[in-house]
Amino acid sequence: MLHCVTLTVSMQIYLPIAEVSVNAFLLLGLGGIVGILSGMFGVGGGFLMTPLLFFIGIPPAVAVATEANQIVASSFSGVLAHLKRKTVDLKMGVVLLIGGLAGAALGVFVFNYLKSLGQVDLLVKLCYVVFLGVIGGLMFIESLNAIRKSRKNGPPTKRKNHNWIHGLPFKMRFRVSGLYISVIPPLIVGLFVGVLAAIMGVGGGFIMVPAMIYLLGMPTKVVVGTSLFQIIFVTAFTTLLHATTNYTVDMALAVLLLVGGVIGAQIGTRIGTRLKAEQLRILLALMVLVVCGKLALDLLLMPTELYSLGAAGGH
Amino acid sequence: MFLRLFALLALLTGPVAAEEVVLGMSQNRVAITANFDGSEILLFGAVKRETSIQDSPPLEVVIAVSGPLQPVTVRKKSKKLGIWVNTESVDVDYAPSFYAIATSAPFDDVMSHVDDLRYRVSIPRMIRSVGAPMDVQNAQRFSDAVLRIRTNNGLYQMLEGTVDIDQQTLFRTSIAMPANLTEGDYPTRIFLTRGGKVISHYETIIDVRKVGLERWLYNLSREQPLVYGILSLAIAIFAGWGASAAFQVLRRGG
Repeated sequence: MLHCVTLTVSMQIYLPIAEVSVNAFLLLGLGGIVGILSGMFGVGGGFLMTPLLFFIGIPPAVAVATEANQIVASSFSGVLAHLKRKTVDLKMGVVLLIGGLAGAALGVFVFNYLKSLGQVDLLVKLCYVVFLGVIGGLMFIESLNAIRKSRKNGPPTKRKNHNWIHGLPFKMRFRVSGLYISVIPPLIVGLFVGVLAAIMGVGGGFIMVPAMIYLLGMPTKVVVGTSLFQIIFVTAFTTLLHATTNYTVDMALAVLLLVGGVIGAQIGTRIGTRLKAEQLRILLALMVLVVCGKLALDLLLMPTELYSLGAAGGH
Repeated sequence: MFLRLFALLALLTGPVAAEEVVLGMSQNRVAITANFDGSEILLFGAVKRETSIQDSPPLEVVIAVSGPLQPVTVRKKSKKLGIWVNTESVDVDYAPSFYAIATSAPFDDVMSHVDDLRYRVSIPRMIRSVGAPMDVQNAQRFSDAVLRIRTNNGLYQMLEGTVDIDQQTLFRTSIAMPANLTEGDYPTRIFLTRGGKVISHYETIIDVRKVGLERWLYNLSREQPLVYGILSLAIAIFAGWGASAAFQVLRRGG
């Protein structure tokens, strides 16, 4: 006779706002894994965490709002460190922030409108598929090229500093960045990132950092600090908007993800220093593409259940 | 003489009162705490009767526990431009958030169709949809979807033959309530039937409430959303800053 003894350590936690019961270790683990990744690659991790929360059954609206809250927490110590090192272009940060706040308001408005139509899950998932697909694809190609080039030892390509952006009006001097450019491009970049923060629950660093380097021509050393400065205020504002209009910020969920995330980030930073940059990039690109593929399949394949239930009264 | 007539009349008119339910419950409150993982409620009771036990038709028991009735929007996906999107929706006027029926024998044997309609006992009777828009075909399918989805989630349970009856007098059953419960009053009904006819019924309420921190957070998020939002930001900032400060101390120490 076979006796089978299973020891289950169950630590379910009931999330007060999401109104689902989830294993606390699962949340800590998710926070930890995404934290490790963000430490390794130096990315915010919001764009990986939010889809992972969908996969474990957290309602998308709660996942997006709560993730915005969590990004505030995970960027806070980063912003402090950059302010101390004076690697933040405050003036540029404020311009980006003005755009960002307007974008976040617009994003939450669109989010709530589509929620009333029952299309918000689709909106969020489509945004993810498009952005993860584009970013993951570009990153993959770029890091493949970088690996090829490093083997050939070819000279690094130079980027142009003068482009159409210098022809725009409303010029302003940004001393820290050493720029004299129109405020329109940073406002638009900020606006776009704000919309993404509100709809996707991401910081938007993955869009803003390349835009600041290639579009605005900012020096690399102030880019990360300035983007973090913008992100922390925009995500804080987004959190407040979601909390007051949708009631979808789950504090218990945020704290659990945060604890895992902070510990993970510390471990990740140490792993990251031991791997080559190109290898890291290709790994991250693959991971982004896998998450994108899973979300795309969910949209493309016929669901097993065509019907879904929602609380009424959203009209 | 008058007294005798009275007694006779009472006997003729009142078979309903002849057998009555006396109920006990392991708990009449379900507290949703931070580590709430569902709850099992034991319902037990006895049949109080003035007359001797009647053997046929046999006494059967039906126990129905219902969650609060809520309106539900049911959406249906169909394929548009290659992807599956919500296209049609129907508002179901109300459906219980939870519903469990425990019976002592197959449902059709213990309750007649007429009494099911009259007392609204079986699950489909509890889902009401009248306001389906005219352009949606097969509104019934949307009600069926509520039934199917909630059954799959363990929210609707048909537990036939799970009520044990002892000596036609004592009965007991247990109902497992899942972790994803909605707050509210859960009306609990017990029906005694013979030959499919309800001869007595009894109603009580199980109180399902979030308690402690869960309750406080939920209420704050609804009543003072701005305060809740600021609080969650403050906690997040403090936790983020605190954790990284702690790590720095650890690193310096190590």
